[in-house]
Amino acid sequence: MTAPSTPVAKNAIELSDVTLRYATKNGQIEAVRGVSLSFAPGEFVAIVGPSGCGKSTILKLVSGLMTPAVGTATVGGVAPRPTGQVGIAFQNPSLLLWRTVLQNVLLPLEVSPAHKAAYRKDPAPFVARARRMLAAVGLGGFEDKHPWELSGGMQQRANVVRALIHQPSILLLDEPFGALDAFTREELWLALQALWMGARPTVLLVTHDLREAALLADTIYVMSPRPGQITLRREVELPRPRTLEGTFTPEFSEIVRELREHIGGVRTRIRAEELMEVAS
Amino acid sequence: MTPEVLQAEKVPATAPQAGAFQTGLKAMLPPVLTIAAFFLIWELACRLFRIPAFILPTPSSSVAALMQFAPAVAEHALQTLTTTLLGFALAVVLGLALGALVGLNRTAYQALYPLLIGFNAVPKAALVPVLVIWFGVGAVPAILTAFLISFFPVVVNVATGLATVEPEPRDVLRALGATPWEVFTKVSLPRSLPYFFASLKVAVTLAFVGSIISELAASNKGIGVMMNQAASTFQVPLVFGGVLLVSAMGVLLYAVFAVVEARMTGWAYRSQNS
Repeated sequence: MTAPSTPVAKNAIELSDVTLRYATKNGQIEAVRGVSLSFAPGEFVAIVGPSGCGKSTILKLVSGLMTPAVGTATVGGVAPRPTGQVGIAFQNPSLLLWRTVLQNVLLPLEVSPAHKAAYRKDPAPFVARARRMLAAVGLGGFEDKHPWELSGGMQQRANVVRALIHQPSILLLDEPFGALDAFTREELWLALQALWMGARPTVLLVTHDLREAALLADTIYVMSPRPGQITLRREVELPRPRTLEGTFTPEFSEIVRELREHIGGVRTRIRAEELMEVAS
Repeated sequence: MTPEVLQAEKVPATAPQAGAFQTGLKAMLPPVLTIAAFFLIWELACRLFRIPAFILPTPSSSVAALMQFAPAVAEHALQTLTTTLLGFALAVVLGLALGALVGLNRTAYQALYPLLIGFNAVPKAALVPVLVIWFGVGAVPAILTAFLISFFPVVVNVATGLATVEPEPRDVLRALGATPWEVFTKVSLPRSLPYFFASLKVAVTLAFVGSIISELAASNKGIGVMMNQAASTFQVPLVFGGVLLVSAMGVLLYAVFAVVEARMTGWAYRSQNS
């Protein structure tokens, strides 16, 4: 890797010609092929695509959990490594069942190299922040419950709070609102937008909800099925803050339609007639 | 937004406090009744069919025999309990270490598992003479037999617990910059504790089996020795008294570890109920 000549913001992300492979029982599977992405610091980027197109793999690459087979990936000018500057929320809430909601949310502060010393010295302000954030997503009063006492949607909200608790400069979200009901999801979109406009982390949102991508992102990449390749790069120039009313405008619909078109051609073929025949 | 309040879980989902004693008593009732019925039928059958005491003594005469030789019995029981617990402790420590190695490392798993299976397939009674040759008659073979027989369930359970930890929580921690040790202590270890504690209940009763086997074959002290001596002099009630005593100690230790398990890993069971 060549050293960058100019100082790079620590939350700038650069993927150039990245190919990723998974080793499975049936040999290697190419998850992503020849993907190049560039995030400006503080940019909100969404990757949309059908299931199994390697969207989540890109997220693992940026977080340093995987390394590319071919090509280079850099975060802040260097190879991605887990530094604790990243906030991450997977689709599966993956809360720890033996911890209360509050303890789950505080987990990043216990392990992130950037925060654990301060947290250990004086946890009180962090706990206060966690409680406020939980209350802000409607989980006030549930701090001392265990995850299994919460509904799926509540778990997912706690999961999002856990990703945000240490004020990360990079936020990686893998379909974080998938299990929420449509209305709660819309409210969380706006909450995420407000948060992003305040702290301006670089955000990578992986989703298959095109409205979600169009509402939140500055730039949207469409990926093809495996091996995932970028088939469209679409900048969204709608003014901020974007509102739910804005999603009903022709401009917004046009963006969603364009995205849909690029996914439409490559989706899983489902033979409705055959399905009906077999089912009846 | 309105938090979805789960009506069903308004009932104490966290630590039950009031009424816990009563519900505990209620849960105790069926097993206590079953045990009482078992002894009652045994006692009545012996008396009704006039079964001679040297074939099947009544439970009451078995207990009476224990009482009669109480000081000696207590000494033997203490010996058996000591060797059992020492063997069990050894099994827990080494089982935990080996289980962790096998559960965390795929290569170690593949390399060691066949050997462990083969080792476990050996009837432990067959090893007692060997242990006696090596260590002489006494407590050591009993401790080692208890260890050998109770070691395997601990290894298998700990390894299974560690090997089946879901990748997502680990990925979250790793992405946050957690060290492997932190991932282990904060995710893998707590996640596998239910498996570990479940294995302790099984292992401690098996440890008794190991001690008694060894004592029956070659020892100079312990319940097994007492039973051997009693059998050779046709004191059959005392033989059965020994059986009852071992069984009672096993149940008692099982109960101790069941309580420990519930205390330590209640979340694993509550999460299934909710």
